[in-house]
Amino acid sequence: MGTLEKHLRARRDSGRKLLMPYVSGGITDDWLDVIRAYDDAGADAVEVGIPFSDPVMDGPTIQAANDQALRRGATPISILSELQGLDVSIPLIAMTYANIPYRMGYRRFVEELGRAGVHGAIIPDIPLEELDPWEEAVGDADVDTVMLASPISSDERLRRLTARSRGFVYGVNVLGVTGERADVGAWTADLAGRLKQVTDLPVVMGFGISSPETAAAAAAPSDGVIVASAIMRLLLDGGSALDAGAFVARLRDAIDTAL
Amino acid sequence: MGDITDGRFGRFGGQYIPESLVGACQEVEREFRAAWADEAFRARLDGLLRDYAGRPSPLTVCDRLSDELGLRLLLKREDLNHTGSHKINNVLGQALLAQRMGKTRLVAETGAGQHGVATATAAALLGLDCVVYMGAVDMERQKLNVFRMRLLGAEVRSAETGSRTLKDAVNEAMRDWVATVESSHYLLGSAMGPHPYPWMVRELHRVIGDEAREQCRALDGRDPDVVTACVGGGSNAIGVFSGFVDTAADLVGVEPAGGAAIGHGVPGIVHGALSFLLQDDHGQVQEAESISAGLDYPGVGAEHAHLADLGRARYERVTDAEVLDAFQLLSRTEGIIPALEPAHALAWVSRARAELAGKTVLLNLSGRGDKDVAQVAELLGHDVS
Repeated sequence: MGTLEKHLRARRDSGRKLLMPYVSGGITDDWLDVIRAYDDAGADAVEVGIPFSDPVMDGPTIQAANDQALRRGATPISILSELQGLDVSIPLIAMTYANIPYRMGYRRFVEELGRAGVHGAIIPDIPLEELDPWEEAVGDADVDTVMLASPISSDERLRRLTARSRGFVYGVNVLGVTGERADVGAWTADLAGRLKQVTDLPVVMGFGISSPETAAAAAAPSDGVIVASAIMRLLLDGGSALDAGAFVARLRDAIDTAL
Repeated sequence: MGDITDGRFGRFGGQYIPESLVGACQEVEREFRAAWADEAFRARLDGLLRDYAGRPSPLTVCDRLSDELGLRLLLKREDLNHTGSHKINNVLGQALLAQRMGKTRLVAETGAGQHGVATATAAALLGLDCVVYMGAVDMERQKLNVFRMRLLGAEVRSAETGSRTLKDAVNEAMRDWVATVESSHYLLGSAMGPHPYPWMVRELHRVIGDEAREQCRALDGRDPDVVTACVGGGSNAIGVFSGFVDTAADLVGVEPAGGAAIGHGVPGIVHGALSFLLQDDHGQVQEAESISAGLDYPGVGAEHAHLADLGRARYERVTDAEVLDAFQLLSRTEGIIPALEPAHALAWVSRARAELAGKTVLLNLSGRGDKDVAQVAELLGHDVS
């Protein structure tokens, strides 16, 4: 079992709900401080976005965060290099689109993740149908490939994709792209429940979670939540790493209090 | 160019799509396969192509231009179809398919506006809702087509991100589809994107090649020596090539110099497929830039990448200046104002006239130039405002 999965399972099994905030790599000068602030605020893992020019699963806020990072000159290698030796206590997960690892070469990309101390990868446009070459490149490297599940995935597909997911399974709350929503919608409990029936991997829900209330609501039927757009908007609006950390601390309180 | 079952053309193609679209792409494949084997569906489509779109499109022998170039030029007149381009073939097929699947809303992207106009037309014909995404830059370049789409009852939404051209319109259309997949069909306008689109769109355009082959044989008793077409995503080219891939004819696709995905030869993954792709060293997709909005696409359909790999087709590049010359040449010598897109193919024929001397060249004239006249006037320094 990989480092990421071991860590998340241990925390989940101790009765804790998992909280995984996101940051677009290179979005600000002090983006590494954002990760440190997440760690201090009680995050269980951090999703680090490696920007791609054409992110079809992302709404306007993550697009803007990625554009800002690209304008500042961020590249896949610059982001991963900056992560090397980062002094945090929680695992890092890379989130990107297929062409970024494809251009570098899947195998080299996996090596670079290893060098950067990244223990997971989320690549939404590599579904089961295209997974073989990627899995082969990962081999026995300590990088967990996290698969995404959609509200309209059949139970049969949920079985197949959780069988190949490592670290956790990413339940997508909504039909749609990333972005803040007023409530988490009708799909969350159904999808989390269906995932729970086919896997004992941690089930972590994301998309549309933008407040302490929505975080607590989505964490209730699942093992935890991923929060991205709400924090990126805060950073895009000029918020500091400490502001981002404070927001994550509020999310932490909300999901812990709801327990 | 037969059926494909694994979604691949050699090493290209595939389904690089989010999980939420996998089921929808599988449904489109399953339903299209069934529809394509269903005589009633085929008869309905053939009827619309004949009575509504005006097929078969004629084959025109260009006497004056042939003399000038020292070769024999035949034009497949897709410019004479209803809505002014080949796009209607694919659109009518997919719109009927959407109806068959019980979808009530069409989502489409458009570059120059031809595919958007065709989709809006089919939506009006069949009583479907229609949303067309168009890059903000293209909306400015092709204001008349924006108005046409609105006149036809479609909602035109501007793509304001990235290069604000065709690739960004595709991104927005895919984002829309992710959210509306239960009620909407994504009516992709070129032979690109995830499986089954490259295959389905080619099948819907192969009528171009099938007709042209029959027309050439009726005219000359033989196949042409060369078949050529412009390539952006590559739908008109794959349509005409499909009629000749099993003949001895040379197949030549013509890309704009500023958007030559195949010409640059670097594979990459965008919009659901692995194909050749204009991109930087880090994998960020680059903006295609040419005189023609319809060819401003940084990728190319996967089957073209495969044909290039096999050496069955070759791909040439022409500059904007050569295209402008060709645009005027055809207008002056044959009384046909072409769209800027197929003017690319003619620009190559004109440049390669020595190599082509004495040969019979079939050029797919994929669209008419009405939409481009104002832009060309401006480029040539005429004030038509």
